[in-house]
Amino acid sequence: MNYLTRRLVTFPFVLIGVSSLVFVAIRMVPGDSITAMLGTDAGLLTPTQREALAVYFGIDQPWFVQYGRWLLGLLQGDLGISVTYGKPVFEVILKRFPLTLELALLSMIIALSVGVPAGVFAATHNERPSDLAVRIVAMIGQSTPSFVLGLLIIYALSAGFGVLPIMGEFSPLWQDPLANLSQLIFPAITLGFAFAASVTRISRSAMLDILSEDYVRTARSKGASSRSVTWRHALPNALIPVVTLSGIEFGYLLGGAVIVEQIYALPGLGRMVLGAILQRDYALVQGTVLFIALNFMIVNLLVDLAYFALDPRIRLRDR
Amino acid sequence: MNPLLSVSGLRVGFGRNPEANEVVRGVSFDLAAGETLAIVGESGSGKSVTALSINRLVDFGGGRILGGSIKLRRAEDSVLDLTTATERQLTRIRGAEIGMIFQEPMTSLNPVLTIGTQIEESFRLHRGLTGRRATAAARDALERVRIPDAARRLNYYPNQLSGGMLQRVMIATALACSPRLLIADEPTTALDVTVQAQIMALLAELKQETGMSMIFITHDIGLVAGIADKVVVMQNGQAVEQGELSQILDHPQHPYTQHLLHAVPHFASGRSTRSDGPRGNMEPAAAALKVQDLMVRFPVTGGFFGRATGAVHAVEGVDFDLMPGETLAIVGESGSGKSTTARAILGLVRSRGSFTIGVRQADAGQSARPVQMVFQNPYSSLNPRLTVESLLAEPVIATGGRVNAQTRAKMVALLDRVSLPENSLERYPHEFSGGQRQRLCIARALMLNPSVVVLDEAVSALDVSVQAKVLELLVDLQRDYGLAYLFISHDMAVVERIAHRIAVIYAGQIVEIGDAKSVLSAPQHPYTKRLIAAVPSIDRRHEHYELDTRQVPSLVRPLGFEPGRAEWTQFGPDHRARAET
Repeated sequence: MNYLTRRLVTFPFVLIGVSSLVFVAIRMVPGDSITAMLGTDAGLLTPTQREALAVYFGIDQPWFVQYGRWLLGLLQGDLGISVTYGKPVFEVILKRFPLTLELALLSMIIALSVGVPAGVFAATHNERPSDLAVRIVAMIGQSTPSFVLGLLIIYALSAGFGVLPIMGEFSPLWQDPLANLSQLIFPAITLGFAFAASVTRISRSAMLDILSEDYVRTARSKGASSRSVTWRHALPNALIPVVTLSGIEFGYLLGGAVIVEQIYALPGLGRMVLGAILQRDYALVQGTVLFIALNFMIVNLLVDLAYFALDPRIRLRDR
Repeated sequence: MNPLLSVSGLRVGFGRNPEANEVVRGVSFDLAAGETLAIVGESGSGKSVTALSINRLVDFGGGRILGGSIKLRRAEDSVLDLTTATERQLTRIRGAEIGMIFQEPMTSLNPVLTIGTQIEESFRLHRGLTGRRATAAARDALERVRIPDAARRLNYYPNQLSGGMLQRVMIATALACSPRLLIADEPTTALDVTVQAQIMALLAELKQETGMSMIFITHDIGLVAGIADKVVVMQNGQAVEQGELSQILDHPQHPYTQHLLHAVPHFASGRSTRSDGPRGNMEPAAAALKVQDLMVRFPVTGGFFGRATGAVHAVEGVDFDLMPGETLAIVGESGSGKSTTARAILGLVRSRGSFTIGVRQADAGQSARPVQMVFQNPYSSLNPRLTVESLLAEPVIATGGRVNAQTRAKMVALLDRVSLPENSLERYPHEFSGGQRQRLCIARALMLNPSVVVLDEAVSALDVSVQAKVLELLVDLQRDYGLAYLFISHDMAVVERIAHRIAVIYAGQIVEIGDAKSVLSAPQHPYTKRLIAAVPSIDRRHEHYELDTRQVPSLVRPLGFEPGRAEWTQFGPDHRARAET
């Protein structure tokens, strides 16, 4: 497909742009790997020791040489070694990513399966008490910070039922599905609540617009039932903004959800990258940001493909 | 004989307090099987609401039926009052017994479903057809509305078809289950006049074939002559006059009906055209505007890097001149290049090739910007956040002027001149009606003392009665200030009343130009003839419209294409037409 190739061609350019921005930004932050690792003890190092360490970390060179080296490695598929983990960056990311991906997917499933029907329901009951109720819940959902909701859930679980989700170690879906779900379902609800609230609001307003369109009136003039008008004629047209919103939110979630991971003590990308920044683990930060940027671009591409599937006007224009 | 539909004392209101906001106030009429009833009126007259009440679609638009009855005789001869029918009964009647087509075919079909799916839906809902049998039925329905290559078109999406084609698809959908009543709500208003003639021809033929009854709603009383048996004239929610077609057209009783009939054009005689043009009766003055060989091309891009692969020749070699105090109407259908011509003259689009705009030297006190424009839609061409004072000050500020006491005096004088109340200056556009807004736009255009005013479909969005008043104002202003008008329009009836000269534009080129009387009464170019013949007229009653499916030629040309010089034939002192090769 012409459009797909055109989009894919832009990928490397965006990635180079993002990586150089991150490369410069992280080096502008005061402090370096040595101080971050040794703390105040770094002051006890002799100049020779410090220089040896700098050579070891590769930070003795000017930044453009460092960037050149890093790019050269990248071309060979080598993102470098993480200082904190002592392992290749790629391996560290891959180990954390399944949890983040699963968490993002679960939240999105919750958001869409709750938010879209709620939005449609509110739109078809416009200005009636049930519409008002949905809107109030959605407003609460959007304005409640995730740490409040997360803490409330943990409190309710531990105080009410005496249970706690598994924390610390991640149990992958393919090894123990039950343990995996019981571990991730509450974090996913925490993230999905606000997400669902946004989906509800946007699908409600999109449906309200579409329901006053001429072609909805046409469908009614043909004798289509209210249900068929809502789900068959109106909803497919209202999904475009929902897909746009979901794409953006999902992209963010793929970068890790720092606060929720922290509350539920989950080893996801978010906490890892926060730690890497604090430790001045340059290679890990660069690698992760590059990975997140790539994810974002893939998600955006999927969103565009979803537009194609949903709306023949877009599909036919780009052919 | 019992009527198919009997409406009596129908009252419909809108909003939270429908009694206080009554839009239809006691309308009654009967419709026999096989009969066509036309409901004529202007916007806000309640004609569409009346129609939507019959199949109760008005409920979904926030309307409520407050009183009266709508009795429909059903297929098995029982009579049902639709005002009290349940939603379940109504879904079985809509589409099966009452079909409906709407004004805007472009927006009345679902953009994400194929044409085929949308026609099949009717068969699925009312005939229980599915799969291949539904598809076959949909193909037959498309063939019935004379759509060529129907089987393939079933897989098209609405955006792949023209407005005229889409309206045929709408008709096919509405007639799919052979309803005994078709409600057509301004079905041709959004279409070009030649396409309108095609749709009218089709409706007349289908009515003959099926023997259905029809309610035809329109603002154009000229259209009624060709199709209706009975006419109801509506104003302010009431039927002010109703009767047989010939009685209404030949002996209208109510002043409003007479007024509507007055606006219908009479081209053949040419007696309604203006004769106060500046040409001929004095020594040749300098032209206010001279356009020579105007060309506008838009690049067509394609391929991987979006290189230009051709060009749309939107305007091609347009020549004309315009005298002070003269109106030249540029007439053409959508896509003909008439608005692009106007925009090129104002520098709003980049025009290429060799063309010059020679403007009369500005007199003392006249601005250096002698060309101003009035746009089509008075609702969207005024910034809703600005007061009238700021709106009128805008052109002065834009040309580097200062707003002082003199400017204010000018504003007040102009507002008075266009008959707007004195206290308008502090008000906002939403406080004015459509006609008043267009007066405001005219006042704005006159702030800089232009010598030429370009009016791009300036009265097309207005109702006939408002239109007449704005046209009168334009004529008065032209006399007082010696303005030259370039009047862009698709509406021949309006052109007849305002133009001294007419240029007919087709596929980006002027095909005929001359004084209004000769062009309208003795058109020479085949396209002009077709255009004028398509305009509805009350003289040609029940005349059979001819189904003409010619398409406008593509304006996309390969790179480097240069058209040949035009050959012109002279038909009168001021009337020439392009010779067809």
